[in-house]
Amino acid sequence: MKLITAIIREEKLESVREALINAGIERITVNRVSGHGQQTSEELYRGQKVIPNLINKVRIDIAVNDEFTKVTCDTIIKSAKTANGGKIGDGKILITPLEECIRIRTEETGNVAI
Amino acid sequence: MKKSKGFFVLLLLMLSTISIQAAQDAEAVIDTGATAWMLTSTALVLLMVPGLAMFYGGLVRTKNVVATMMHSFVAMSIMTVLWVFFGYGMCFGPNVYGGWFGWSSDLFLMRGLDTAIEGGIPTYIFAMFQGKFAIITPALIAGAFAERVTFKGYVIFIALWGTIVYNPLCHWVWASDGFLFNMDAIDFAGGTVVHISAGVSGLVAALYLGARRGYPKTAMHPNNLVMTLIGAGLLWVGWFGFNAGSSLTSALSTAQALTATQAAAGAGALAWILIEGLHQGKATALGLVSGILAGLVAVTPAAGVVQPGGAMVLGVAASMFCYLAILVKNKLGYDDTLDAFGIHGVGGIVGAILLTFFIRSSHWGGEPDVAGQLMVQIKAVLIAAGYAAVVTLILVVLVDKIFGLRIPPQEEMAGLDSSCHGERGYGMLNAG
Repeated sequence: MKLITAIIREEKLESVREALINAGIERITVNRVSGHGQQTSEELYRGQKVIPNLINKVRIDIAVNDEFTKVTCDTIIKSAKTANGGKIGDGKILITPLEECIRIRTEETGNVAI
Repeated sequence: MKKSKGFFVLLLLMLSTISIQAAQDAEAVIDTGATAWMLTSTALVLLMVPGLAMFYGGLVRTKNVVATMMHSFVAMSIMTVLWVFFGYGMCFGPNVYGGWFGWSSDLFLMRGLDTAIEGGIPTYIFAMFQGKFAIITPALIAGAFAERVTFKGYVIFIALWGTIVYNPLCHWVWASDGFLFNMDAIDFAGGTVVHISAGVSGLVAALYLGARRGYPKTAMHPNNLVMTLIGAGLLWVGWFGFNAGSSLTSALSTAQALTATQAAAGAGALAWILIEGLHQGKATALGLVSGILAGLVAVTPAAGVVQPGGAMVLGVAASMFCYLAILVKNKLGYDDTLDAFGIHGVGGIVGAILLTFFIRSSHWGGEPDVAGQLMVQIKAVLIAAGYAAVVTLILVVLVDKIFGLRIPPQEEMAGLDSSCHGERGYGMLNAG
């Protein structure tokens, strides 16, 4: 089992979510985060373009069985990448091994609980 | 003898000068009480527009909150400018083009109003008071197609709508040579001119532009009900300016309108939470404020002519019909996002028609003619709704085809705040 953590652009959330659902990945947790990367994003504030320190992103956590890792990552990459080959700031996917997964309602564990 | 004759002539001259001055002053006398109240009312009605911005803003998804509030704020700017240029003239100038709207060249830029005083108040105040109505009406329409229009398309649309729909309608109902005014149609503060026109126009636009992406399967939650409640409070208080201010004086009719307004709002709110509590098991905050609005909308055409008991009946009836209208909307599946038609359209129609049965007896010159007035009210409602619907459809099609009114899908998904304004409403909040 793997825990896939994707940090993506905020405005890509809807696209990524739709793509994941279409690919059969429907169990996700979403969070708003901010961070630094290579990107220097620009926002408009009182008529001036300013470069903020921390950049807002969206984080999606998905617990998957090993055989779904590739399709999940491919779907995210395809829908989160900016058009025309992507831009700095499109985000990252981090994959960590998942030790255990328990469904609270039925107390099942392991692969069936994901 | 010569001396006293000269003195007598001098006295006569002095007296005649004084009486001429007195005659001039009598025409130009400012009723300071009425003027003070109308100044206040003008400010109160303007306050309703940010109130509406908060009400609507809190109901949409986080990614669209700024854009939704901008619909109200930009209306304040562009409708003001148009109003000064020619809006006031079109609404309250003498009939032109067979009475389609009004005009007179000295009303361009409101030039002729600088020293004008009518009915005890400076005409500037009357014009500015009315201008606030011209601002809020298109802002109401925005509720119907929230979360899916471009900013540029919206601004162009409301500029055209205000000029071609609102100004003529306002002229017909409120100008002294307007044909609905002369049919004795009763619309005290804008049931037809503001609410029915906005509601129907919103419905037509929402149907033409289509539903939001993912509607109705995807849940789309309000991002800030706290802000919506604050907005509802501002609207209720501001409505005293809207209704009581429409008495255009500070006198008995003002008091009557204020009382009817409060009664209808309270009754409407109570009715809604009772209905919802019985129907759904829980009374919601959104339901309560919807009931407030339904009551306020319904009493808007009636505020000066009904007594508190009748006002409460209007409030309850409005909540009943508006609640039903929303159930019908869900069943039919169309996307009138913030219930512009469900509350303002239906509430305005209910108020305009039902008020006929609660008119205070002193309003009638002689014998009450309820049946006759009912016919007039129905005619006025049909004319206002029909005109608004037809012209709005034409405008929406034109603006969408030429400038683009419906937002493209990728930008709709990214959110209007980011796509249209490059801004975000809140610092850090939950996603969605």
